[in-house]
Amino acid sequence: MTPDLILFALIAVLAVGSALAMLFSRNAVYSALFLVFNFLVVAVLYLLLNAAFIAMVQVTVYAGAIMVLFLFVVMLLGGEQISGKPSTKWQLPLALIFGAALLAVLGYMLLFRPAGAVSLPAVTADFGSPAVVGSELFRRYLVPIEIASVLLLVSMVGAIVLTRPEKGKPE
Amino acid sequence: MNVPTAYLLMLAAVLFSIGVIGVLLRRNAIIVFMSIELMTNAGNLAFIAFARELLSTAGQVFVFFTIAVAAAEVAVGLALVVAIFRTKHSIDIDQMSSLKG
Amino acid sequence: MDVMHALETGTAAGLFAYAPLIILFPIVGLVANLLVGRRLGERFVGIVASGAVALAFVVAVVQFLALRAQPEGARVMVADWIAIDSLSIPWAFKIDSLSVTMMLMVSGVSALIHIYAVGYMHEDVRFQGDPGRYTRFFIYFNLFVAAMMVLVTGDSFLTLFVGWEGVGLCSYLLIGFWYEKGGGGIGNALAGNKAFIVNRIGDFGFLIAMFLAFWAFGSLQFDEVFERAEALGPAGAGVLTAITLFLLVGATGKSAQIPLYVWLPDAMAGPTPVSALIHAATMVTAGIYMITRNHVLFELAPFSSGMVAWVGAATALFAATIAVGQYDIKKVLAYSTISQLGFMVAAVGLGAYVAGMFHLITHAFFKALLFLSAGSVIQGVERGHHHAAHGHAPPAGAPFDPNDMRGMGGLAGRMRVTFFVYLVGAVALAGIPPLAGFFSKDEILAEASRQNPAVYVLLSAAAFLTAFYMGRQIWMVFFGRPRSQAAEGAVESPLVMTAPLAGLALLSLLGGALNLPGIHTLGHWLEHTLGTLEAAEFNPAVALVSVGLAALAIGLAWLLYGRSPLAEGQPDPLRRLLGPVFVGMQNKWKVDELYDWLIVRRYVSLSRFLAESVDGRFWHDWFHDSVLAQGFRRSTSWLSYGFDLPVVDGFFNGLARLIGQAAAGLRRLQTGYARNYALALLGGAVVVLGLLLFG
Repeated sequence: MTPDLILFALIAVLAVGSALAMLFSRNAVYSALFLVFNFLVVAVLYLLLNAAFIAMVQVTVYAGAIMVLFLFVVMLLGGEQISGKPSTKWQLPLALIFGAALLAVLGYMLLFRPAGAVSLPAVTADFGSPAVVGSELFRRYLVPIEIASVLLLVSMVGAIVLTRPEKGKPE
Repeated sequence: MNVPTAYLLMLAAVLFSIGVIGVLLRRNAIIVFMSIELMTNAGNLAFIAFARELLSTAGQVFVFFTIAVAAAEVAVGLALVVAIFRTKHSIDIDQMSSLKG
Repeated sequence: MDVMHALETGTAAGLFAYAPLIILFPIVGLVANLLVGRRLGERFVGIVASGAVALAFVVAVVQFLALRAQPEGARVMVADWIAIDSLSIPWAFKIDSLSVTMMLMVSGVSALIHIYAVGYMHEDVRFQGDPGRYTRFFIYFNLFVAAMMVLVTGDSFLTLFVGWEGVGLCSYLLIGFWYEKGGGGIGNALAGNKAFIVNRIGDFGFLIAMFLAFWAFGSLQFDEVFERAEALGPAGAGVLTAITLFLLVGATGKSAQIPLYVWLPDAMAGPTPVSALIHAATMVTAGIYMITRNHVLFELAPFSSGMVAWVGAATALFAATIAVGQYDIKKVLAYSTISQLGFMVAAVGLGAYVAGMFHLITHAFFKALLFLSAGSVIQGVERGHHHAAHGHAPPAGAPFDPNDMRGMGGLAGRMRVTFFVYLVGAVALAGIPPLAGFFSKDEILAEASRQNPAVYVLLSAAAFLTAFYMGRQIWMVFFGRPRSQAAEGAVESPLVMTAPLAGLALLSLLGGALNLPGIHTLGHWLEHTLGTLEAAEFNPAVALVSVGLAALAIGLAWLLYGRSPLAEGQPDPLRRLLGPVFVGMQNKWKVDELYDWLIVRRYVSLSRFLAESVDGRFWHDWFHDSVLAQGFRRSTSWLSYGFDLPVVDGFFNGLARLIGQAAAGLRRLQTGYARNYALALLGGAVVVLGLLLFG
């Protein structure tokens, strides 16, 4: 039991726990907060995997922007309890079955197939640093960057258009 | 951290499955969205794991893009939810069943 | 004369070309009357109609003159009619002595009768109560003349037949002229029917003869047929006999011989000019003309000639016996006509074509005269009836019949001219020299005595009876005391009627000159057509016998009817003398009744059977309705309900229902809930993963 494994196990438990908590929480705000926690845990994991830049991006964008947006909307619409009859009776059992099946398949694939190297190779000091990733981005992946920026623009416009008040109806 | 990649991937699989269950079982549209984010996040994790194993920056770059796209998606998606809420006064996705055949 | 000759020869061919005018003039006349006659009045109609026929007579005279210059005659082509393969029948006129003789006789007598009819119909349409029908009469009359001319000038069997049918049609139209009158309101129409139908039987025989002629000789033109018949020789005896026998059938129909004579007495229902023209002088002679035209064929078939002679002789005697017992003035003349036609037919049967034609012409003169005079008598009596009726109430008892001789008597004093001309006609008919009838009848008797004694006996007996019944008629009608008020008040007819009578009387007096024994004018004239004349020498013995018989008959008639004239209501003295024989004569030997029982009734019941049982019940009710219609209905019903609906419809409906059900089932997948869709996605993803991993 290397310390790395123990550390990993701890992180894993936290991540899975927060995810489950998000899932089963009745309060939407709690769910959002649990998800934030999950993202932060995963960001830590990224750091440990020498993906520093990405970790920072995760924290700022994912946990910082996206989740905040989620919280805004939750606050706006109210995380009221959704009660009432489930839509279809077979949804729950089937979901569980399929979910379990998915997990089983993935697990089998991951654990019983020839796995990769047990130990990870050595890594350079600046692997995953902003400089490296940045130079990679702006050299090889320049066009996707630009496209991504256009995408963001489009989504902004879309969001504004969708939430515009209807004609003649005062907001 | 010297952890076999398989374990990392297993973690990603579990997170993904939880996300899937969330999508399938929860009725609150926003929770469903959050579950989708969880799934995306699990995918990101798998990418980073492989990037670490194969010493390839490409994985990290891909995650970067994924996050950007996820942001855009969330923006539009939540705008949609808000717009739907205006008419339906509810965010129960079970109530948005006009496509019922 | 030489100059005339030269002129005539030179222009003869040109004159022949005018022959078609003889048909055209009557047609123009009838069309003119048809279009404007009614508007322009009776006088116009009468003048146009008579004028047309008079012009036709002029044309006939022109043809006569042309023929004298060029005796071979001519064939005048007018137009192509039928041209199919080897059968070529153009519309052509055959101008030879025979046809010119007929043309002259028909147009001449027709012209006189037209003039008579102008006056007669003027009174008749007023007696019958429909003055508007005057025009129609003359239209039909002109049409008849045109058709008769077609018959007489025809160059082939077929063109002759066209005329044959045409005169038959006009006869029907004119007999039934007063179609709403007569016994039971349709008597006249029925008489017309009878004439037409009985004639049809004869026409059928004629048609068969035509078909045989075409089949045997390949042509229908007279000249070609005669040539080929002579060339055929003894080998063609069978077919020639057949052809000529069928021609005889046709002749018995048109010329009223046994057994198809029954229509002619009924035809007296038509107005008197009709009886005179059609049923005495012209139409009924068509049969004799036709046999004379085909003399070549008859000479080559002696058996048929013999049959013709027998039929003629038998008819002559038979009809004469019936004439003795008749009370209707026109019926006596009708049966007399049949009898005289029998004479003519016997003559041509014996091969004495000239004698037959001679008698045909003289008979036309005096029979037309007799009929027209009878018409005059009838109208005189009708006038008397009108005067009497205006004075007091009509006498009770039988309805007034102006034709009945029992209601006449003493008319000699009251209708002088009519009496005189009637007497001339009667004497001519009886065969007293030197009137026309003697010469023509004597020639026939002489020929008969030479060739066929049995026929001679029959004909002599008929001649005896002829004289007798004419005497009876004269004394009953003109002498004694009037037996009715109508006869008492009888008035003479107007000049327009008596003038033609005088003309015909003159012809009857002088007509014998046409063919005096020794100077056979007509015979020589007809030689060109009929071949060399075997002139029967004048047989004084025969002549004496015939005159003697006639004198005896007239004496008998005087004894019975002249010495003690019949009083009103007194029965005929012959009844007492001959008893049942007279009753038989009076009842026409019940031939009509025999035909009715034997043929008509059988035919009608057969028709009824065919119509009702076979056609109605069997064919329509059972076959059509039950079998066909029901069967059809059932089969279509089965097809529709048994097959189409369950099987075909069922298949497709089932298919549709299946799809609907499948769709309904599949539709349940579309819950509308996004989560379900997501579940489906997941399920699919799991399956695919599994396949990738383990597949």
